[in-house]
Amino acid sequence: MMSSEDDDSQEARLFTSTDAMESLVLDQTPISHPFLSNSDYRSAMSASTPLDESNHPLASPPKHDLSQRSFRDSNRKSFQDSPNSSSSRRSLREADLVEPPSYADAIFTPHMGDASSMSENGREVGSSSSSSIPYSPTYTDTLVITVTQPQKSQEPGTSLVPGGSSYVTYLITTRTNIREYQGTEFSVRRRFRDVVTLADRLADAYRGYFIPPRPDKSIVESQVMQKAEFIEQRRLALEKYLSRLAAHPVLRRSNELRLFLQFQGKLPLTPNTDIASRMLDGAVNLPRQLFGESSSLIPPQEASQPAKGGRDLVRLFKELKQSVTNDWGGVKPAIVEEDRAFLEKKEKLQDLQKQLGDASQQAEALVKAQQEVGEVMGELGLAFIKIAKFETEEAATDAQRVHANNTKRVGTATIKASRFHREANVQSVKHLDQLHEYLGLMQALHAAYADRSNALLTVQTLMTDLEANKLKVEKLHQAASKFFGVDKNRERKIEELKEVVKVNEAARDSAQQEYDRIKERNRTELERLEKDRRKDFLNMIRGFVMTQVGYAEKISNVWASVVEESANGLSGKSLDTTSSGSSTPNCLGPVQWMIAGPRGI
Amino acid sequence: MVRFFAATQQGSRPGGPQSPTADQPSLSISVTDPVKLGNGVQSYISYRVSTKTINQEDRGPEKIVIRRYSDFVWLHDRLVEKHKGIFIPPLPEKSAVEKFRFSAEFIEVRRRALDGFLKRIASHPQLRSSEDLKNFLTADEEVWAMEKARLQEGSVFKKKPGDFLQMFKEVQTKVTDVVLGKDKPQEESDPEYEKVKHYVDELEDHLSEAQKQSFRLVKRQRELGQALSEFGKAVKSLGNCEGGPLGTAFSELGGQSDVLSVKLQLQAQDLLMNFEEPIKEYVRIIQSIKNVMVDRAQAYRLQKDLSEAFKLKELNLEKLRLVRPDKVAEAELEVREMKVQSDEARARFQDIVRLMAQEMERFQEEKTNDLGTILQEFARAQAQLAADTADAWRTLLPELDKCTSEDVQTLKSSV
Repeated sequence: MMSSEDDDSQEARLFTSTDAMESLVLDQTPISHPFLSNSDYRSAMSASTPLDESNHPLASPPKHDLSQRSFRDSNRKSFQDSPNSSSSRRSLREADLVEPPSYADAIFTPHMGDASSMSENGREVGSSSSSSIPYSPTYTDTLVITVTQPQKSQEPGTSLVPGGSSYVTYLITTRTNIREYQGTEFSVRRRFRDVVTLADRLADAYRGYFIPPRPDKSIVESQVMQKAEFIEQRRLALEKYLSRLAAHPVLRRSNELRLFLQFQGKLPLTPNTDIASRMLDGAVNLPRQLFGESSSLIPPQEASQPAKGGRDLVRLFKELKQSVTNDWGGVKPAIVEEDRAFLEKKEKLQDLQKQLGDASQQAEALVKAQQEVGEVMGELGLAFIKIAKFETEEAATDAQRVHANNTKRVGTATIKASRFHREANVQSVKHLDQLHEYLGLMQALHAAYADRSNALLTVQTLMTDLEANKLKVEKLHQAASKFFGVDKNRERKIEELKEVVKVNEAARDSAQQEYDRIKERNRTELERLEKDRRKDFLNMIRGFVMTQVGYAEKISNVWASVVEESANGLSGKSLDTTSSGSSTPNCLGPVQWMIAGPRGI
Repeated sequence: MVRFFAATQQGSRPGGPQSPTADQPSLSISVTDPVKLGNGVQSYISYRVSTKTINQEDRGPEKIVIRRYSDFVWLHDRLVEKHKGIFIPPLPEKSAVEKFRFSAEFIEVRRRALDGFLKRIASHPQLRSSEDLKNFLTADEEVWAMEKARLQEGSVFKKKPGDFLQMFKEVQTKVTDVVLGKDKPQEESDPEYEKVKHYVDELEDHLSEAQKQSFRLVKRQRELGQALSEFGKAVKSLGNCEGGPLGTAFSELGGQSDVLSVKLQLQAQDLLMNFEEPIKEYVRIIQSIKNVMVDRAQAYRLQKDLSEAFKLKELNLEKLRLVRPDKVAEAELEVREMKVQSDEARARFQDIVRLMAQEMERFQEEKTNDLGTILQEFARAQAQLAADTADAWRTLLPELDKCTSEDVQTLKSSV
């Protein structure tokens, strides 16, 4: 469904994008380096735990400098805001004691170079983004969304709550060249409630599509709402969500999204009224429906909408009855042919979801473990550097000076290795995040399939209704033919019922159309999902592996040069001690045997 | 594949652990083969201690004895007693937790430490000729058991009355110190020595920190190995679910994760034995230095006390000459005895000072060598691990290329 150019450029974009990402990361000095603490990691992975996180599928559209800057900004911001002052202190001291390594030859490794030279279309897309969705489908038109500048705002006092309640607004900036949007760059201020509205409207209007799930509402007290970390998490989550919408081939062109992004002032999307008033509405309609004053039918246009709580109580009851009938193996309505194939597929997808959840969880654990190793190495290296400094200061013997040098060499290398470990981790997170993304997409899939089931239920309900009404007509006709003469009342009733049947049929047709429409959407979306997922996962694996290879090589080089240097130092030293004729027996003390261990014995 | 060879091989000197001198054959000692003996609560580990005497011409016969941890403790305590001023090589800790007393790791760590303990003693110019060491290394089972029992019993009463007095005085000074609080007037005020004490203190802090971090590194590396293994499993399952070239790719990813997980666990073990434990040993060495410092302080106080006591006695003697001539003879005897003791105490103190100076120099040399080797081995192991890691992941790449191109094919054919 996507343009064929996507296939070729995908690979190229991956490698060049990781290059871009790496040079982005490496350009930063140690102090402003996104020192991933636990909280930063969390914000990088966006808000809550991966499994219940409403994480979003698919890719983001290509991002440009605006987002690169915001990536640095957002990370720097979270770095500053994070309570992890020890890490900032630590990195500062590292900078004091160790010269920042030169990354002049920063291109990954020879191997990475080979890989990127494989692809022809070296289409460079600066794809680093604060949303960390590195894999993007390319569209010929762009739609880039960033969320920044959270601001506290005060709601005027409501009658229930004394004083005003405060809320947060975010600046939503869009850059696009899609024609429907008038203008190329614009901003609006929205609050989270508006996002909920947008999500609800999209769910209504685009049944059957895999709609990226929105960020969770949080049931927390207002104290927490105000905390910088929470706000930052939410900002990030919003940006991810909107970017995913912008990446969806159909949703990116929706009016709802456009209004949300562009319409200045209060959002013109009518929100759902609260439950209470809906129930009241339903209650009002109910007597009329029950006593047949208005037709108890579902008007055709409403048939294509799902039964809403409250308003259509009677319809709800009917559809409930229908589903019970279906479940209990009553006379099944005609539309079931491909149910089985559909159900099989659904089962497979359940399985996939479970495996995906597992993998995503383990990926997170892996990244965390890698992070810990990197951090401990940093502490160890620092301890060595301190020893080196100490021994240098207190040096009374030559032996001490030599020792200080050895220790400093190893300490410096350890700190370098630690830095590489942590950088590798940052990159790995970006890749493995795809697992989270697609896990979130499963949610969208469930919703889309639920749409389908609901639509089917509506059709079935209407068909049952129709049959029932047709039967009534039939019975009346039979009754009429038995009697002699014309019963004015009965005649009128038959006419009325015939009208009802007509409307019923129209409603059923409309519902059927909607059901077919949703089925088709399901199908195309699933195809798109499968294709994208395969490609994205392959790229993910590749990206992850290359990151590991690249950084392992770098770390290996660091250590190799230490081994070389100290080997030279050692042979030089053994000559010295031979000539000095000290009381100590020799160079190889018990330690060598301890280390040689079983090999030596 | 890159192999990083231990640079220790470069520095090897021929002829084994110590260069034998003309007058003294050198000892090659090893502690091996831990075996669990005894039943139930009384079970313990015994070790095989093998000693070879090495002359300049050839290697002598090998002597093998079986010893347990408490035997080593005995030897250590004897050496501490007899060689004040010398930094006695430290023993590994007594086990804190009953549960781990017999874990393979604990036993191996202990075995290595005991091995190192004996090797250090054997390479020490004074300690190597210790009678106690000889007994430890050569006495057969029954002889050994008898010796130990005899010496242990006798050790309390072995001391001369003079020693008793010493003991008393030592207790006295300790108590006085406690009573008077921290203000001990009886302390050496040698600025050089102060510097040394300060140095040792700080060094202990630094090495403890390094040991702590290295232990944490071992732990984290084990955890990483574990996480990689779980990740590999999950990814393989996912691959089964996906099927097709993607499924293959996931399987391969999972496979390599497994391989690396194993390597990481092994290397973590390596790190523990060859890095963390040796550093820990050095922390213990510093503690033994501090014990010697305590000895020195005690010796100083003792000689100070005895010297003053002697002066006092002398003064009293003069008084007695005038007042109680009948007591003079007895007093003169006491004064003479006191002088002897005071001189002895001073000699002992000066011995300690002299030995300590030598030992500090030796310690610096050994520390540089030992820690140099430890650090180098650490670097080597890290280099090897990183190289292996890169290799393992790299093998995936051609496979991934295949999967990607297969996938592209499938796409093209489906369109």
